[in-house]
Amino acid sequence: MPIKILVTAKRVEDYESKIKVNPAGNGILPDGLKYKINPFDEIGVEEALRLVAKHGGGEVVVVSVGTKDVHEQLRHALAMGATKAVWVNHTGPLDQMMIAGCLQKIIEKEKPDMAILGKQAIDDDQNQVGQYLAEWLGWSQATFASKEESLESEAEKSKTPALKLSADMKSLTAIREVDGGLETLECTMPCLVTTDLRLNQPRYASLPGIMKAKSKPIEEHTPASLGVSATSNITITKMEHPPARKAGIKVPDIAALVDKLKTEAKVI
Amino acid sequence: MSNVLIVVEAQPDGSLRKATLNAITAGKQIVAKTGGELHAVVLAKDAGALANTVKEYGVKVVHAGSAAHLTNFTADVVAPAGAEIATAIKAEFVGAAATQAGRDVMPRIAARLKAAMASEILGVVGSSGADLQFTRPMWAGAVIATVKLGTAIKCFTARTTEFPMAEKAGAGEVKAFAPAAPAKSLQKVVAFKEVKSARPALTEAKVVVSGGRGTKGDFKEIDALADELGAAVGASRAVCDAGWQPNDLQIGQTGKVVAPQLYIAAGISGAIQHIAGMKGSKTIVAINKDAEAPIFQVADYGLVADLFKALPELRAAVKAAK
Repeated sequence: MPIKILVTAKRVEDYESKIKVNPAGNGILPDGLKYKINPFDEIGVEEALRLVAKHGGGEVVVVSVGTKDVHEQLRHALAMGATKAVWVNHTGPLDQMMIAGCLQKIIEKEKPDMAILGKQAIDDDQNQVGQYLAEWLGWSQATFASKEESLESEAEKSKTPALKLSADMKSLTAIREVDGGLETLECTMPCLVTTDLRLNQPRYASLPGIMKAKSKPIEEHTPASLGVSATSNITITKMEHPPARKAGIKVPDIAALVDKLKTEAKVI
Repeated sequence: MSNVLIVVEAQPDGSLRKATLNAITAGKQIVAKTGGELHAVVLAKDAGALANTVKEYGVKVVHAGSAAHLTNFTADVVAPAGAEIATAIKAEFVGAAATQAGRDVMPRIAARLKAAMASEILGVVGSSGADLQFTRPMWAGAVIATVKLGTAIKCFTARTTEFPMAEKAGAGEVKAFAPAAPAKSLQKVVAFKEVKSARPALTEAKVVVSGGRGTKGDFKEIDALADELGAAVGASRAVCDAGWQPNDLQIGQTGKVVAPQLYIAAGISGAIQHIAGMKGSKTIVAINKDAEAPIFQVADYGLVADLFKALPELRAAVKAAK
């Protein structure tokens, strides 16, 4: 049975970027920053592609909110294999409630069977949008989806989806990373999944995929055209770096280390 | 006057999850500025016993919501019940600990209350309710942001390492209520595979011994040193990705955040995402073969050595020093 899945592609600073606060303390310096698809969203795109492959085809609709720069992330997802891209044109802060509101409206139009979002974006580290969206849609939620097999297992190499859909597509089973272990959660469909690190290892886009993605149309909306208020409910009043740890020392051997731990740090 | 509501979490055996006591301290800090009352809510099949435990920690009222549909702490049922009591007591702030459970349910409660939320708060700033703001980490802790939430109700999760556990401070009142059952159940927990360990919990341990890629998956020496020190064992992302250790042991930006008295990192290079999870430790020791490893930049004491040689020596020295 074909399946339709909605995924997201937030534009974030590359995880290796050195983030520097500007002198005014109200933003970060753009110098030398590289931008990528949020790694957790990329895991979501991968899982959606695997589910579509396993269930005899379907659609993967990718959504991003931001300035025209996010076309780069949408085309990245298209190159991986997503079938349709939706852009919510917005300049300004990306408030979680605004994004969840836009996604809700797009889901109501697109009517996917489920959605897979990154559990958090590695810029604001909020970890909220999936849960807001699940509540507003009245959907089940499986946050922090993972799997028991490692990323070096056979199941991973054969690109088996970790999320299991029942034959009638009425329920989905996910392994979740919870406090103290792994939980198996059965969810009624439609379900909102958020991805944890070890759900899968995203594929590289193929060259034909990249070429094809260049010419695919991107559907455009704005928060206003979707009927969502673009006013941010979260105001950042200050940004600063945390105090740096004082530089330590190198010790020559274990005897010196144990001496320091006993007499100086007094921790053993 | 603005009331604060803390959502209580239980451990798998039904006893109090200690992280809730850290969240209660965050609640107390808010109440000290806003002049409201501190409430808590326990949501479980039978919430009475846990509510009686929580009332000892300086909470004015603990709402004990007992219902069969709350047997598992799943977001689909916790959100309506939590929002129901938040509305009933006119809470202005609703929060929980930044545990996996707290991260799962709190945004859904916020969504139901049409409230904005600050995740993983590190502190409460401002002198009164009107200008109350939160500090929170962004970009894996490279930046600390001060944020103001603009909605009538404001939600948060509190990073446990930044708020000390609340201490016993006179008994509050327990009020029972019966959360309304939802029309249909959306989620069902069918299995829980617990990572069982005789060692202390990672987030509560005074000493943590962590292994990275340098262990090549062999944790014998890490385990042995941890046992000698009465420590918890942690791991870097590479170790968990490879399946060498359970995911539950991962320390970092998106895993566990720890702040023990002593953190020993063996064979860990020190990616910024790992450092985000342990830089609050009082004393950091790094043992790595690579003298240029970034972990040495945050370590109080660095030893350039092969961990398979250094760890047995360290264990013997710790034993001799006892």
